Amino acid sequence: MTDQQQRETESVISVRDLWKVFGPGADKVPRSPELAALSRRELIDATGCTAAVRDVTFDVAPGEVFVVMGLSGSGKSTLLRCLTRLIEPTSGTMMFGGQDILAVDARRLRELRRTKFSMVFQHFGLLPHRKVVENVAYGLEIRGASKAERTRRAMEVIELVGLSGYESSYPDQLSGGMQQRVGLARALAVDPEVLFFDEPFSALDPLIRRDMQNEVIRLHKEVGKTMVFITHDLSEALKLGDRIMIMRDGAQIQVGTGDELVGAPADDYVRDFVQDVNRSHVLTLRWIMRPPRPGDPMDGPVLGQDVLVHEAVRAVLAARKPARIMDSADNLIGMVGDEEIFGVITSTETVAAASSRPVTVAR
Amino acid sequence: MSTATTPTARDGGDGAAGSGTPEPVEVGVVVRGRRRLTTAAQVAVVLVVWIVAWAALRGTHTLPLAPSDLTSLHHSLNDARDWVDDNRNSSPIFLYVFNEIRVVLNALSQMFMNLVAVPPEGAQFPRLGWLGVVALFTFVATWLGNLRVGLLTLVGLVFLGLQGLWVPSMETLAVTAAAVLVALAIGIPLGVLAGFNNRFDRLITPLLDFMQTMPPFVYLAPLALFFGIGLASAVITTLVFAAPPVIRLTAHGIRSVNKATVEASQSLGATPGQTLRGVLLPMSRRTIVLGINQTIMAALAMVTIAALIDGPGLGKNVIKALSTVDVGTAFNAGLALVVLAIVLDRTTTAMALRSEGGSHTQRHRSPLARRVEQWRRPLLGVGAAITLVAVWLSRTYVAYAEFPFTAGGTWDLGRHVRRGADSVTTWVQDTFPVLSEGLMTWVTRGIIDPLQALLETSPWWLTSIAILALAWILGRWRATVPAVICLGLMVWTGLWQDSMITLASTLVATLLVMLLGVGVGVWMGRSDRADAVIRPVLDAAQVLPPFVYMVPVVALFAPGRFSAIVAAVVYAAPVAIKICADGIRTVSATTVEAAVAAGSTTSQVVRKVQLPMATPAVTLATNQGLIFVLSMVVMGGLVGGGALGNDVVGGFTQRELFGKGLAAGLAIVLLGIMLDRVTQAASRRVGRPGR
Ligand SMILES: Nc1ncnc2c1ncn2[C@@H]1O[C@H](COP(=O)(O)OP(=O)(O)OP(=O)(O)O)[C@@H](O)[C@H]1O
Ligand SMILES: [Mg+2]
Repeated sequence: MTDQQQRETESVISVRDLWKVFGPGADKVPRSPELAALSRRELIDATGCTAAVRDVTFDVAPGEVFVVMGLSGSGKSTLLRCLTRLIEPTSGTMMFGGQDILAVDARRLRELRRTKFSMVFQHFGLLPHRKVVENVAYGLEIRGASKAERTRRAMEVIELVGLSGYESSYPDQLSGGMQQRVGLARALAVDPEVLFFDEPFSALDPLIRRDMQNEVIRLHKEVGKTMVFITHDLSEALKLGDRIMIMRDGAQIQVGTGDELVGAPADDYVRDFVQDVNRSHVLTLRWIMRPPRPGDPMDGPVLGQDVLVHEAVRAVLAARKPARIMDSADNLIGMVGDEEIFGVITSTETVAAASSRPVTVAR
Repeated sequence: MSTATTPTARDGGDGAAGSGTPEPVEVGVVVRGRRRLTTAAQVAVVLVVWIVAWAALRGTHTLPLAPSDLTSLHHSLNDARDWVDDNRNSSPIFLYVFNEIRVVLNALSQMFMNLVAVPPEGAQFPRLGWLGVVALFTFVATWLGNLRVGLLTLVGLVFLGLQGLWVPSMETLAVTAAAVLVALAIGIPLGVLAGFNNRFDRLITPLLDFMQTMPPFVYLAPLALFFGIGLASAVITTLVFAAPPVIRLTAHGIRSVNKATVEASQSLGATPGQTLRGVLLPMSRRTIVLGINQTIMAALAMVTIAALIDGPGLGKNVIKALSTVDVGTAFNAGLALVVLAIVLDRTTTAMALRSEGGSHTQRHRSPLARRVEQWRRPLLGVGAAITLVAVWLSRTYVAYAEFPFTAGGTWDLGRHVRRGADSVTTWVQDTFPVLSEGLMTWVTRGIIDPLQALLETSPWWLTSIAILALAWILGRWRATVPAVICLGLMVWTGLWQDSMITLASTLVATLLVMLLGVGVGVWMGRSDRADAVIRPVLDAAQVLPPFVYMVPVVALFAPGRFSAIVAAVVYAAPVAIKICADGIRTVSATTVEAAVAAGSTTSQVVRKVQLPMATPAVTLATNQGLIFVLSMVVMGGLVGGGALGNDVVGGFTQRELFGKGLAAGLAIVLLGIMLDRVTQAASRRVGRPGR
């Protein structure tokens, strides 16, 4: 079974050929091959419609953090709203835990929203007239939970996100970071299977943002929820995401792990995107190793192919000999010397040029 | 008044859909300057040709109609009235629709009347005596608002009693309450619906515009015909005028709730009902209460006017006094209306503030205020007890049931007010003849007379051609087509000449309004201090029932055309000034700085940057000014303003003039629509580049 097929069968969320077009006669666009082939700009000129999401297909595995990334206007929020059916997709299929979400009626959809998934919003979306604890309990309240029950649960979650002591504050008495913790707590309170985040931290300043990212990583470790996370910040994507999908003008450009994106960008758009990343923190040795050459000294350090470059720097440089890269069966699959290490650290060109290498080596 | 919300609603529209290429700003100014010049030149040519033709043809084809003459249209309207009178108790449409509505509304308002103002059948006093009313209202104001508005209510109500106007004040209050209750019961659900549903919103917006711009004077007679003279008609008239603000503001409140919050609620699986109750209504509460406030103010204004169709209350006192030019009495009743208006306005505003929610009200307060807030609950408890005792007393002892007012006694404040008003009037007339006489003579001779002569004595076809030419120049088809229809129908009403006289007064008043609007507006727009001082005055002026303006104006200038114009200017100026000031204010600070940095003088900045860029606001102000002026100029019929206003008043008072009055009402609406369409089309053409 290939990686791909396995994902499909086990996935929590499975999206196929999803389109969302705004404007008059929107549903004609995905069906017509000519219109579907137009770029977003051309489509606006031709029909007045905006294709916010164009033909997107992906799967999210249980427990995975799936990040959607792209510039402003690339359709990330629209995609997320389609996933929760806050807006109706124009065409395509979406399965959630084996169930076709597009087929369910309003009542069942509400049921799903109440129990299976929750959202966290960029601008928090808190209720200003309610205290923190009442905000957190809101999702339970609309489910019909008793007051005692929902207060108990709300207090638990407030504790979990580190807001103990602020239960009876009003949202506007809290800092932005704390408000987003409330948003997070509200989403967690209903104990959903999947959490959706729409640029939850982009309204926060950098230090608090890092704090909150760590918070999400911690929560992910603790509660192990599946997460779909939207951001336009690459470092955030790399930090949080198991896999990352890059979007441009509504279309998906590339889906892959962080090192795949950095190591083998699908096109110039992705390459531009990842240009400023500190590669040594993203790339693993697999991406920079060269085939063994006759005459290579065979007494250098042994390293695995999934070791990050920056972790290998010291070992390789101290040994003054190229490191041998072994796979799990202890076969020699490549060498990494000073040259390759420096290539990553000092120059972007080397790696960009080397981007096709892993494929050759893997063969 | 309430209509202050209209500008935004009307301003939206298809500005972007029009033709014309969007030029960059710098180029735009130049191009627009050239076009405006040619437009102005075209207008001037039309006017000159008109005047020349008038000089030759003066006095022919003017379609005059003597005050007591009727056309066949007027006769058939009279016949229709007679038919309605005959079939009121047999035709199904009356039996099952109009009469039903009337019965329900009568019962509702009668209930309020019996509560505070007039004794129920077989009783000697209303259910609540004055002490009970004062205590109850004070308590409610304190509870829903704060202690300050509670005290204000207490003082205000006692003041009304001491003026000798307790009963009419309570009658006004009762009818206002009935109308407001119905307005809210209908308006809030409609507003919620409009907030949710764009199509419904688009459907009712023009209807609301129409309800608010139609001069109330006009629909009094038809309503009275269908619902009979009296309480029910008073309530419905009030409803027409007072419901739009709460509908609009509720819809606006619902719409402007943070979208993320609504989505958050939906994404948690809330039903639409849960989202409405848990998110939308609480978060838009402040806006809705603001709408309630505006509705109450509009209702109060309108209840007063409904006195014309025998609606009870202070309005009757004002009208009676106006008709005998008893300035003192009119002023006393007007003052009572102002007191009522202030009490209601402050109380509902305080309610709006309180409804902002716990956190806000508690935090941003002085320690003293916070201390008071702590004592609120016990205080309210004590207040409730006192109120109950007062209510009991007022139902038990005559002294607490009937306001102990003795005419001519030491505490008869009404007498002092009347005397004061009379002597101030005399003093002003004697001391500043320049103001009362001079200004009046100057404006009358210099502006009103010539314009009226031109419109009144031109042949009807000449005036029509001139108006159509102007409409074409200013607004092309969008202006010309409505103008053709309106002019045609105006001829059909048989009241052409009266319409033209009213048009003359309207134009003069609008001119004065715009002079004030631009002058004061620029001042306010440029100086924060001026804004801070003037704006509250304008707010207060907008709260007053329009009737009240009539009183001092008539006192100063004697009843007649000029008084009607001045009252209209006073009534319309606040709206125009505010719109102009806001227009000037919204001109981007960077643009102004750039102009100053380029070495412009203050007057250059105003003339070359701020005014041109505020053109849309100025044209909008003209539009609103015209509508406001028209409704007030017509009301000038009450003080001898002449023409259409007199015809309408005649229709109320004399049976055989009913049809003519109705036709006059129609003519007023036609004038309004024509002026509205032309100015809107003009603003679309002229105002475009500034947007
Ligand atoms: N309701 C709508 N009607 C019409 N067009 C829309 C609507 N919502 C979004 N769009 C268009 O869809 C495109 C994608 O918008 P979207 O909000 O999904 O972008 P985004 O990637 O979330 O951007 P950002 O990072 O700024 O949030 C944009 O071009 C936008 O103009
Ligand atoms: Mg977005």
